[in-house]
Amino acid sequence: MDIIVENLVKKYGSQKAVDNISFTVKTGEVLGFLGPNGAGKTTTMKAITTFLIPNSGNIYVGEYSVNRNPEEVKKNIGYLPENNPLYEDMPVIDYLRFVGDLHGISKENIDDSLLSVIEICGLDAEKHKKINELSKGYKQRVGLAQALIHKPDVLVLDEPTSGLDPNQIIEIRDLIRRIGREKTVILSSHILAEVEATCDRILIINKGKIVADGTTADLRKQAQGKDVLRLRIEGADINTIYNALKEIDGVDMVDIYDADNMRLLLDGNPKKKLAAFVFNFCVKNNWVLTELIPVETKLEDIFKELTTE
Amino acid sequence: MKKILIITKRELQAYFDSLMAYILLILFLGFSGFFTWIYGSDIFFIKQATLMPFFSIAYWTLFFFIPALTMRLLSEENSLGTIELLLTKPISNWQVIMGKFTASLLLIIVALILTLPYVISLTTIGNVDGGQVFSGYVALILFSSMMIGIGLFTSSIGNNQIVSYLLALFIGIFFQIIFQMLGQNLFGFAGYLLNYLSTSSHFESMTRGVIDSRDVLFFIGITFLSLVFTEIMLIKKRYV
Repeated sequence: MDIIVENLVKKYGSQKAVDNISFTVKTGEVLGFLGPNGAGKTTTMKAITTFLIPNSGNIYVGEYSVNRNPEEVKKNIGYLPENNPLYEDMPVIDYLRFVGDLHGISKENIDDSLLSVIEICGLDAEKHKKINELSKGYKQRVGLAQALIHKPDVLVLDEPTSGLDPNQIIEIRDLIRRIGREKTVILSSHILAEVEATCDRILIINKGKIVADGTTADLRKQAQGKDVLRLRIEGADINTIYNALKEIDGVDMVDIYDADNMRLLLDGNPKKKLAAFVFNFCVKNNWVLTELIPVETKLEDIFKELTTE
Repeated sequence: MKKILIITKRELQAYFDSLMAYILLILFLGFSGFFTWIYGSDIFFIKQATLMPFFSIAYWTLFFFIPALTMRLLSEENSLGTIELLLTKPISNWQVIMGKFTASLLLIIVALILTLPYVISLTTIGNVDGGQVFSGYVALILFSSMMIGIGLFTSSIGNNQIVSYLLALFIGIFFQIIFQMLGQNLFGFAGYLLNYLSTSSHFESMTRGVIDSRDVLFFIGITFLSLVFTEIMLIKKRYV
């Protein structure tokens, strides 16, 4: 089931939280939603799940519009809201059964559905405990389980791994990736590495507008105008090396950033295959090349560049 | 209908799990029993085989207890954020409201059923007017649904339970006392209207054994209006 967002606008008072954004998520795609606090991630997600009614624009989940058929949209969405609200006074299994009932799962099927989400989310040992007795990680699993119980085609997860320990994060990530193969998943996060690891596609929004859209590789290519190499060259005076490197065709800038250890940073035209050239250059001059590290533009840098003025 | 019952079941479970239900039942039976049989203008004091003392004490007890019962129904959902979870499930606002309303009303009905031994005891003392007892219970149920409606509405306003409780009492006191006081000082249509809006006149005529459609309509009307306002509050959240 595809999600199509068309010219979505949502205002809080006079402030536009989401300002005319459009995008499409295809079946089997895991879309990562990135953006600084207050960028409009949660608002967009709330609009997709029908909780907030847009000021203008439309969202289609499959063939259903949130404005015209919210009831149909709700049936097909599994939603984990921000902060994972739960009825803490209920035992896990009762809570999941309650959610299953709300989704209209029949009496014959409810036990199977319960068992399967409990197994998928690893809640078997905790299923009879009250939710308020669980640790944060397990609560998060309960939140995921309630989003999955009716086998929705679309999953909307608002910060699914917030507050989890590293092991739990990896588990939940694996879980999302596994689920994401046949479903449409939108997830938001502050953790860039997580989005990079889990998502097929990344959407960065800032101040209610989409500022970047594409795979991590696309985004890198977009932001990366240069090849950057970290070098450590021995066998000559650092200044000699510096001057020699500067003369190479295609090198824009050389910087000595650690003179004691003979380390340099080299910026240049990506078309010139500088790494190979530098290697041969060192061999020719009889210098010893002890380090050559191509520096990738980090997602953090792209993010910073796109979301700050 | 099925969806309403799912919500009702959960709310009833929450009432009993949180001891709220037991506390209410014990306090209600304690209060009403004490003042009906033992102290004040009780049945032995007025020397009549009538449940009038019970109805008037239950009327005030319920006035104070029902807001305590309803205060968390929606305010807690608002403060925990579970309202978002609930409203993004395939269930309508109205079904959520009706489910919660029914749960509270059922609990009150259970409390009232537990007072049936009063009726049985009374029949052993003297001649009881069955019709009057019946219409008195109907009046209590109607009055309770009105208070539940008001309580549900005040609970939908914010996310603080205490505010919800006090606000329900505040609105309730207008119907209980203030409209009547104002109505006595006014003539013409305004006076009539204010008198009509006062609960006590409707309640008293019903406990005397008269089931008049005007009285019934009054309670049902206020209940319905409160529930409609509650729904408006729920819808408002989604437009912010």
